[in-house]
Amino acid sequence: MRNIWTIARKEMNAYFRSPIAYIVMTVFAVIFGFFFYSILSLFMRQVFAQAQYAQMYGQMPPMNVNEMVIRPLLMNVSVVSLFLVPMITMRLFAEEKKTGTIELLMTSPVTDLQLIFGKFLAAFMLYAVLLGLTLPCILALFRYGNPDWRPLLAGYLGQLLIGSCFLSFGLLLSTFTRNQLVAGSLTFGFFLILWVLDWTSEYSSSQVGQIASYLSLTTHIENFSKGVIDLKDAVYYLSVIGLGLFLTARSVEYQRWRA
Amino acid sequence: MIEVHGLTKRYGRTVAVDDLHFSVRKGEILGFLGPNGAGKTTTMRVLTGFLPPTLGKVTVAGYDVMQDPLEVKRRTGYLPETPPLYTDMRVDEMLAFAGRIKGVPRRDLKERIEQAAEKAAISDVRSKIVGHLSKGYRQRVGMAAALIHNPEVLVLDEPTAGLDPKQIIETRRLIKSLAGDHTIILSTHILPEAAHTCGRVMIINAGKLVAEDTPANLTARLQGYETMKLLVEGPEAAARERLSRVIGVSQVSAIPADDGRVEFSVQMAKGRDSRKELARSIVESGWGLLELRPVGLSLEDIFLKLTTTDEAEESAGSPETEGNE
Repeated sequence: MRNIWTIARKEMNAYFRSPIAYIVMTVFAVIFGFFFYSILSLFMRQVFAQAQYAQMYGQMPPMNVNEMVIRPLLMNVSVVSLFLVPMITMRLFAEEKKTGTIELLMTSPVTDLQLIFGKFLAAFMLYAVLLGLTLPCILALFRYGNPDWRPLLAGYLGQLLIGSCFLSFGLLLSTFTRNQLVAGSLTFGFFLILWVLDWTSEYSSSQVGQIASYLSLTTHIENFSKGVIDLKDAVYYLSVIGLGLFLTARSVEYQRWRA
Repeated sequence: MIEVHGLTKRYGRTVAVDDLHFSVRKGEILGFLGPNGAGKTTTMRVLTGFLPPTLGKVTVAGYDVMQDPLEVKRRTGYLPETPPLYTDMRVDEMLAFAGRIKGVPRRDLKERIEQAAEKAAISDVRSKIVGHLSKGYRQRVGMAAALIHNPEVLVLDEPTAGLDPKQIIETRRLIKSLAGDHTIILSTHILPEAAHTCGRVMIINAGKLVAEDTPANLTARLQGYETMKLLVEGPEAAARERLSRVIGVSQVSAIPADDGRVEFSVQMAKGRDSRKELARSIVESGWGLLELRPVGLSLEDIFLKLTTTDEAEESAGSPETEGNE
């Protein structure tokens, strides 16, 4: 446990010593701010339209902040993180290999799993910080509206899970190379394919389409964003995270034998 | 302390280390000598648990590197050829990380950092960023990081490479002072280095053990002959024939130079000054003797002699030792 924390702390410090953490945070905050603004203003327009409708016909249809603001917002967050996670994970192993510091880690009394969990934990914490940046906007909704906090919690849990899936595969792809750019591009390309899988499922009802839809990471975030915690989705994400970390461990071990 | 039995390491089809056997006693400094690519680094990486051996059994401090890698790593400090340092950390942070990752208890950490920094003579740069330090200082920070957990075994891969002469002397002194408490293996391709610091030297070439002895013995054993260089103007074959008939000469090799000149390298029994005979043999044959000089056998020659003998003997007549520039 102590080893995991030692490594996680080192990685966390490395993120904040280099500009990478600040760049990722800024980009994320700007994009999220834009989404927040545009989704909220769309919502406001709808509210005004509905209010006029209500004046004429005497009945106001229900306007749900959770459903109409938070849900699309969180869906967008998962797409943005798909683009930003490669920036977080690409250095984790590639940089150590490039600078030779992997020799220090590999000759220290640390198991491969401790090393991998430590690095994953640091990336997860940075990702959680990113999500934390969205809180001021969400809290503003509570100030001016009356959203339900329980589906919100489910939505954030879903984001943490899907983000962890991205992180675990980003970590895996970072073990393949000593070049950060290669690791980053591989990760990014891989995530894009996963994302595209989701589109194909929309206009294909065949079995292949259904399988693709089931495998696509983004399909499973929908329930979470609605506020529904389905065991099926949770199990799916946890299995994907587990698979990513397992393959990372295999990759690290394989490279030790091959090197 | 360290036992190596039949260590073999292959990378695909390339054999980096070939059936190596050796052992190191507690408190000893063993020098690992060999040309680049001889398998020194590979052997050290196996000892430190960085690489698994293809074949063979390696135990460090009583623990098998394959069965108990963590126990071995806990007792080993390793300084690779390029010190593995995080260049964006401060020296203190770097040492603290190294200490934590090597399992130094939290309450001892501060004291250990202080001791290691003092031993490696980097106390004055402790608050500097590692990436801003010179090569020599980085090397020493790497040394401090390797020492931080007070390991029983220290494995140093070319610890003085890239240092200036003053730093080299300091590093040698440091290594010597560490012997006794620590068992040390260091690799180098510079012979005087080994002669200065090591109690015992192992010469390896192409993954195989070539010789093993104290530096003094090694030198004595191999200095049983002297080498003379002669620059002759005359026919190569005839001159070689004539030279090899001089009493005491054991081997003659020739390097043809320009304008019909030939440079001969003549090996002869030590303690017998045959320069007059050599000169006479050339001059009386009517050839021109342009140069005749004794070549002292340096450690470099021994090294080259040991590591290149096979090839030289196979293709007799080819230049054998070119160590002296």
